[in-house]
Amino acid sequence: MGKIEWAMWANEQALASGLILLTGGIVGVAGQFRGWQFAAYGVAAGVFVCLLEYPRGKRSKGTSVERTGQYCFTVCVKSFGPLTRNYYVRAFLHAALCVPGGFMLATVLGCVCLGISSLIYLGAAIHGEQWMPILPQKEQTRKPVGESIKNPPQNPPPRPPAELRRKRVEDLEGAAYVNPIAVTAND
Amino acid sequence: MGNWIINQGLTAFILVVWMGINIFLFVWFYFFYDLGDQFFYTRHLLGSALAWARAPAAVLNFNCMLILLPVCRNLLSLLRGSFMCCGRTMRKQLDKNLSFHKLVAYMIGLMTAVHMIAHLLNVEWYNNSRRGVYDGLSTALSNLEDAGNTTYLNPIRSTDVDAQQTPTYFVFTTIAGLTGVIITLALILIITSSMEVIRRSYFEVFWYTHHLFIIFFAGLVFHGAGRIVRSQQTTDPPHNFTFCKDRFEEWGRIPECPVPQFAGGFPQTWMWVIGPMILYVFERLLRFIRYTQKVTYRKIVIRPSKVLELQLVKSGFKMEVGQYVFLNCPAISQLEWHPFTMTSAPEEDFFSVHIRSAGDWTQKLINMVEELPEGAQGPKMGVDGPFGTASEDVFDYEVSMLVGAGIGVTPFASILKSIWYKFKDSNPKLRTRKIYFYWLCRETHAFEWFADLLQVLEREMEERGMGDFLTYKLYLTGWDQSHTAHVMVHFDADTDVVTGLKQKTHYGRPNWDKEFEQVRKENPTSVVGTFLCGPAALAKVLEKKCAKYSDVDPRKTKFYFNKENF
Repeated sequence: MGKIEWAMWANEQALASGLILLTGGIVGVAGQFRGWQFAAYGVAAGVFVCLLEYPRGKRSKGTSVERTGQYCFTVCVKSFGPLTRNYYVRAFLHAALCVPGGFMLATVLGCVCLGISSLIYLGAAIHGEQWMPILPQKEQTRKPVGESIKNPPQNPPPRPPAELRRKRVEDLEGAAYVNPIAVTAND
Repeated sequence: MGNWIINQGLTAFILVVWMGINIFLFVWFYFFYDLGDQFFYTRHLLGSALAWARAPAAVLNFNCMLILLPVCRNLLSLLRGSFMCCGRTMRKQLDKNLSFHKLVAYMIGLMTAVHMIAHLLNVEWYNNSRRGVYDGLSTALSNLEDAGNTTYLNPIRSTDVDAQQTPTYFVFTTIAGLTGVIITLALILIITSSMEVIRRSYFEVFWYTHHLFIIFFAGLVFHGAGRIVRSQQTTDPPHNFTFCKDRFEEWGRIPECPVPQFAGGFPQTWMWVIGPMILYVFERLLRFIRYTQKVTYRKIVIRPSKVLELQLVKSGFKMEVGQYVFLNCPAISQLEWHPFTMTSAPEEDFFSVHIRSAGDWTQKLINMVEELPEGAQGPKMGVDGPFGTASEDVFDYEVSMLVGAGIGVTPFASILKSIWYKFKDSNPKLRTRKIYFYWLCRETHAFEWFADLLQVLEREMEERGMGDFLTYKLYLTGWDQSHTAHVMVHFDADTDVVTGLKQKTHYGRPNWDKEFEQVRKENPTSVVGTFLCGPAALAKVLEKKCAKYSDVDPRKTKFYFNKENF
């Protein structure tokens, strides 16, 4: 299967679950369903999961694509350190969060989807994956130009007189000469 | 504007028709359930949530029927073949099949959400009716038994289960509820694994999860089998609800109001989806049959920069210029099919693909082939295709300007070879007398094989004294200091230092004004066709230049722009 990073899929699934939980919760509360308290929980849990899962993690191989405007979320999520970096924690958290959703029909789907994403995160954690924040790259400073460019040569390069320099086709061997003064920079 | 109509008009029209049908279905079924007399009592229990659930259901039926069709690529190929007469614009629509598939999928997702929310409301209100929370009529309707000579209206029959859990219990113990949950779950998994991020990087996850559609369709067909959407049936004597709705205590005891009878609607979804399901089964069967057909290797060449050229022979295989095939190598992966543009011309008795190392599958294939002894057959390969719109317009113009950018140069290998074959055979289909080929790329890595092809063509043309037939220019847009140093040193060489071709490499992007001027000067009275396979930004530039340099005078040069998605 190649080098799959399961966390990428778990992240998509968890974000979708958060939205579904949120939607189910809103319907339950707005419709004043029996057990609307669980729906209210669904709203809160849904929002929390969405906020947690919105910033994509950095891929260990390949380019990471950010979600629009995720930088502030990245900073928030990053600040929890190992709690958000470790996927075992996330797997357990999602598993725990999804349970109350099962007590009411409107949030059941969100519960099951979140449970599935918890399983995928568990798989990711077992594979040793971690959540790394995507931070903007520091500007690559270009190699500074060598100092010598500031001091152009004052004199023309040393050459033998014109008669010697003229190409003598009849005697190519004799026409070759060695420069009396070195003309390469690093001698 | 005219150009837009020609290029995009038919697509826009098809989308308008599709959306129109969706809207029509939604509105029609909404009013069918919201105004229909037979649903008066049902609406009394559910309000307009009934209509809000049934209208998206109709749209879902329509779109679930459509969604399988764009991915039957062999069927589409068949259609394309029979459309040869009907113009290229028609055939080009068939190439946008995946975009349509995604659009239909979005609609399914949206309608599923609406349908589900409406049913959440329905179940809750049925539950409340059953427990006598609402008015007397609702309770009376809900109390109708499903026994003897009475039929029920409210599908929630028992009140034993805890009131808050009844909806969940109901959903998981009825066919409609259970299939609904399962197929919605399948749909969600399909959608999350089809997000672009996952699809581009972990194709296997996308492809294997996508097969959950089998569960989706199986559940969908049985979703209505429980017949829990109930409508009032005619009784003898008739039960007039306008008169009887306020006399629910006397139902069955007064002659005007016998006990109302209800029955569920006949499940209809299977009628919508059975056709496409059968077609899709045929499609997969056909892919399997094609896969078992013998494919022999005529030649295997490892090109520089890890490019593998495979020349394959398959009986009955016919291709056009610019088409692509799907390759499957069971030794690497049983289920993966990968598309490759063909680089051979139809005149050749084999077809070839150039495969660059761009991922797991391609790398494994190259490794396997590198270890083969000379002249041995390669690993067993399945070939499906050819697919894609043929680019035959190229042969219709007296003078052609072909612009290939980056990987877009690949179909031009096929085109240039075909033009050359037709020219040698004096094929009357070929009206081209002169070709200008512009090759733009960042660096020639992985395209040295194309440079080789140009060399061969160059040599053959020189031998026949037709050096003028093809003029080509290579533009390296990704040059740097080391390049310039290299070029300065080899300035006097006869052939180009980068490609080994007689015509020199240019650095940077082409100055299109100069190029068009030159073409116009050299062909003062011709019709010039410009073909591009490359980025959209370049398409805009070329389109403008074509317009700018075309002369109103019909005797002078005219440029026509064709943007191709090969």
